[in-house]
Amino acid sequence: MKRFFVCGLYLLLLYGFIFLPVIVLVVFSFQAGRFPIPPFQGFSLKWHEAVLGDEDLMVALFNSLLVATVSSLVSLVLGFLAARAVSNGSLPFSKGIRGLITAPISVSYLVIGLGLLASLNLMGIGLSLWTVGIGHAVINTPLCFAICLSAMGERQITAERAARDLGAGEMSVMGLVTAPMILPALIAAFLLSMTFSWDEFIIAFLLSRFDVTLPVEIWSLLRSGLNPKTNAVGSLVFLLSAFVVLAAELITMRRK
Amino acid sequence: MSQTAATSLETAERRRAIALAAPAFLWTLGFFVLPFAIMFVLSFWQRTDEGLVASWTLENYRTFFGETAYLEAALNSIEITLAVTFFSVLLAYPLAWIIAEELPARYRRLALAMAIIPFWTSYVVRSYAWTLLLAKRGVINTWLSDWGLPVLDLANSRIATVTGFTHFFTMLLVLTIYASLVQMPPNLKRAAADLGAGPFATFRHVILPLTMPGIAVGAFITFAICIGDYVTPQILGGGNDLALPQLIMLQVGRRADLPMAATLSIILMIFVTIAYLATARYMKVEGR
Repeated sequence: MKRFFVCGLYLLLLYGFIFLPVIVLVVFSFQAGRFPIPPFQGFSLKWHEAVLGDEDLMVALFNSLLVATVSSLVSLVLGFLAARAVSNGSLPFSKGIRGLITAPISVSYLVIGLGLLASLNLMGIGLSLWTVGIGHAVINTPLCFAICLSAMGERQITAERAARDLGAGEMSVMGLVTAPMILPALIAAFLLSMTFSWDEFIIAFLLSRFDVTLPVEIWSLLRSGLNPKTNAVGSLVFLLSAFVVLAAELITMRRK
Repeated sequence: MSQTAATSLETAERRRAIALAAPAFLWTLGFFVLPFAIMFVLSFWQRTDEGLVASWTLENYRTFFGETAYLEAALNSIEITLAVTFFSVLLAYPLAWIIAEELPARYRRLALAMAIIPFWTSYVVRSYAWTLLLAKRGVINTWLSDWGLPVLDLANSRIATVTGFTHFFTMLLVLTIYASLVQMPPNLKRAAADLGAGPFATFRHVILPLTMPGIAVGAFITFAICIGDYVTPQILGGGNDLALPQLIMLQVGRRADLPMAATLSIILMIFVTIAYLATARYMKVEGR
């Protein structure tokens, strides 16, 4: 009984700590007053309306979706191909190549972004959404590679061999055998990359100029201090991400 | 005859594997290794009034070790990061434990999913949300004064930075520690109890060593991300005692001194490497 009580209390405290910022963020996005702090002066949707009517934010939202989709697709293709190469055991220097491809995981985003910024500066290449996309594909390729590799195994290698023996070309083997067999992993890798790119700030901040992504636009919104509009953006982003995660969960669960 | 056929098949397979790995390999080489090398070289250059001067000088590194502002930022970062890692492990371990061991099996997945819900808010906004709580007239101080308690000065301080970070990494560590707890064979605990170990001895000699890899992996990830993060100290810590990433961003922005930013980044990476070397031996289960 005492044990039950102690555990319950700890769960309550920790979940309180974990949820508190999100609850405060969402509640005060409905603030009728001018500041997202107590006292709560009544319910209003005007800040949500202000967000949806803000052209800069909507353009940034579109940019973010674009960068996330394109960079995640690039990461997925690169990661998938490399995972296939490593999984069937005939790649020379396999360990070293694996190490190299996964290396970006252990380096700070700030350092990756700064390295790319310095290189682009020296080469005289201007910043754009493309450079942001390159940065995001650098951080997401190892992720896609690792997820694809962990889903590949003996079963799929045997099936590939069988297909090849039956005369299938390399493209058909990949498209008709490998990809369908690890489809849940492909979807998971793609969606995870999407959320990482979608939420990434520092690389996007360093490598963009005039066209910016949503986190960078939100960053400039923060300069206005405490503002219920920032709460409203945060709540809407939360809603959207939660929706994607839930969809991914349902897809992978149904596949099992 | 058959042998040459086998060899040529092997060669074909190898060629195919090389062709498949090449895009990711070249991509990482071109957009990760090369930029890193360029940054390393840049850290020995100088920024003068005329622009960048290519050279091989340790001047930037000397500046780092010679000026208190730089050393203090590095020290701030290390102190903040160690505190965050410590508090996050301390808070996350019991939570992961309760979810893995005390909750009925059918609630575990839900409990775990709930523990990481705030992950899905935007990273930038999450730090901002803490300022709503910690501001001078924010939620926490309103509660305190409602209860007749003195108001605290929490915003723009190291406490705020550590709180915001700890919130994020507690969620992350619950995942890694939970993963190592469920991998633990349940009969080992029973065996320890049968052999006369009390709950504390069982934890100290059986459970803790077995879950050490989960703690070590989580602690290293926490350290590596935390020490390189610009957003949280910038939003929550204010402009007074700067962390290393804030100083790096100052070089990039206001001072346009990329060589110094490169030097500070290299130093940052050295700290991460040291943390890796310190935790790496705990990442594997002892005795295996």
